[in-house]
Amino acid sequence: MSLLSVQNLSVRRGARLTLDRASFSVEPGEFVGLIGPNGAGKSTLLRAALGLIPAEGDSSLARLSPAARAKAAAWLPQAREIAWPVSVVHLVSLAQNERQDATEVIAALTRMDLMTYAERPATRLSGGEQARVLIARALAQDTPLLLADEPTAGLDPAHQIGTMQTFAALAAEGRGVITSLHDLGLAARHCTRLIVMSEGRIVADGAPRAVLTEALLAEVFAIRCHLSETPEGLVVQPLAQIVPGAQHG
Amino acid sequence: MKYPALIFLLSLLVAVLFALSLVIGVIEVGPIESLVALFRDSEGPLSIVMREIRLPRALLGVMVGVSLGLSGAAMQGYLRNPLAEPGVIGISASAALGAVIALQSGFSALFALALPLSALTGAATCVILILLLAGRGGGTLSLILAGIAISALASALTALVLNLSPNPFAANEIVFWMMGSLADRSFLHVWTALPVMALGWLLLSLTGRGLDRLTLGEEAAASMGVDLKRLRLILVAGVAACVGAATAVAGAVGFVGLVIPHILRPLVGARPARLLLASALGGAALVLIADVAVRLILPGRDLKLGVLLALVGAPVFFHLIWRMRGQP
Repeated sequence: MSLLSVQNLSVRRGARLTLDRASFSVEPGEFVGLIGPNGAGKSTLLRAALGLIPAEGDSSLARLSPAARAKAAAWLPQAREIAWPVSVVHLVSLAQNERQDATEVIAALTRMDLMTYAERPATRLSGGEQARVLIARALAQDTPLLLADEPTAGLDPAHQIGTMQTFAALAAEGRGVITSLHDLGLAARHCTRLIVMSEGRIVADGAPRAVLTEALLAEVFAIRCHLSETPEGLVVQPLAQIVPGAQHG
Repeated sequence: MKYPALIFLLSLLVAVLFALSLVIGVIEVGPIESLVALFRDSEGPLSIVMREIRLPRALLGVMVGVSLGLSGAAMQGYLRNPLAEPGVIGISASAALGAVIALQSGFSALFALALPLSALTGAATCVILILLLAGRGGGTLSLILAGIAISALASALTALVLNLSPNPFAANEIVFWMMGSLADRSFLHVWTALPVMALGWLLLSLTGRGLDRLTLGEEAAASMGVDLKRLRLILVAGVAACVGAATAVAGAVGFVGLVIPHILRPLVGARPARLLLASALGGAALVLIADVAVRLILPGRDLKLGVLLALVGAPVFFHLIWRMRGQP
């Protein structure tokens, strides 16, 4: 059974469609990377799929009550808001009815390398550390599906890779993960599937090797990339912007 | 400090201040004798003074303090802003307008409860206006903007009533009422305010779970199962019941809802849910202290409770802003 099923989902902002009839589903074991340039509609798609913003069309999560949705999917918003200087362990335990000794809470703190910070006020941590605390909170919700909006932004390289490996491990356990991100290299290496968005529409959906072609990267992102197969897997390195009108070949 | 210990100490403080409020008054009698007269009929008027004047005053002190402290903590938690206070959504200004109209029109002189009932009507009107203006969504920004607009309108209308006041005595009465006081209240006031306040306390006590989750922002809270529309409705209704009833019986008493949550927040690990009960008790303690102080500082001059609290509260506000300066 699909963890999330989205059919013809559209979001209007004034006369403009910021999301245009998106359809996809996420199965257990999938780690879906949602890529696309700024303003392509990645966040809108995730938020509409969750039912956090009004949308036309159908999403299996948006149909649920807030309480039922909280058991079906965890959501990691892009805005990293921590309003009060509460302790890290309390913040993470919000996902488990404030049971600070719950196994899910301890597991999430351990997974995000945060056990030594547990009693510190979350607002006193650095930006990257706060991002990890918020990821731990979403993990502690222990849901079959995790949706994350640019979870790796602002993390150091080690923790970017660590976060992607954590999400990949969740997928390997049979959960589903869908995350938007801008780093094509990370997306190519860690995701099992990529959904590419451009101007509110899904323009490609498939395995990283099938989706990441020079033609698509030029078309959607207006960049020239170095793509190569290595013993370590697919490597994508953006090289240059393609300036309109100055194309050659 | 552990949370149960904090709650125990605050409760103890409120109990001591409640007793202190009972034994301080115009009649010079020893504290033991006063308290005995509360339970056993005395020779002379002491028992009547204790039961009909000092007991309702002390009870109202607790009730008003609990209501304002609790509303302040809930409002700050909901808006995620330490500078928010119960008045920010316009309830106190609207309740005051209701009372001022009653005073001005002479309606308040018709029967004893006319004034508090008019104030409650003002508060209820404010809630309806807020819900109409802010729409049916769950956002905080539309709520605060609606509150500011209603607050401004209510203040303007209050000024208009004062402006058009037919005689200086009516204006005088209005101005003094707006300064806030617990003097010369009776059990009639207690029984009028208590059901409304109790409803407000009940509603606000239901917001703790949602407020804790709102620490992470509205979207994250919603994704953790918080029904934001329901939370906002309960919060507005609860604050309106608390602040409307408090304003109805005590006039405009400010700063309690701003200062108390600010002082107590570090002692509860900044957790919004725990701050609710702590601030309720802290609010009761502050109002009782202030009400004892107005009787001791200038016994013959009728120093108003709201004036004293503003004098104490404003410097704490300065301190809060001073500590926040330079932060983004």
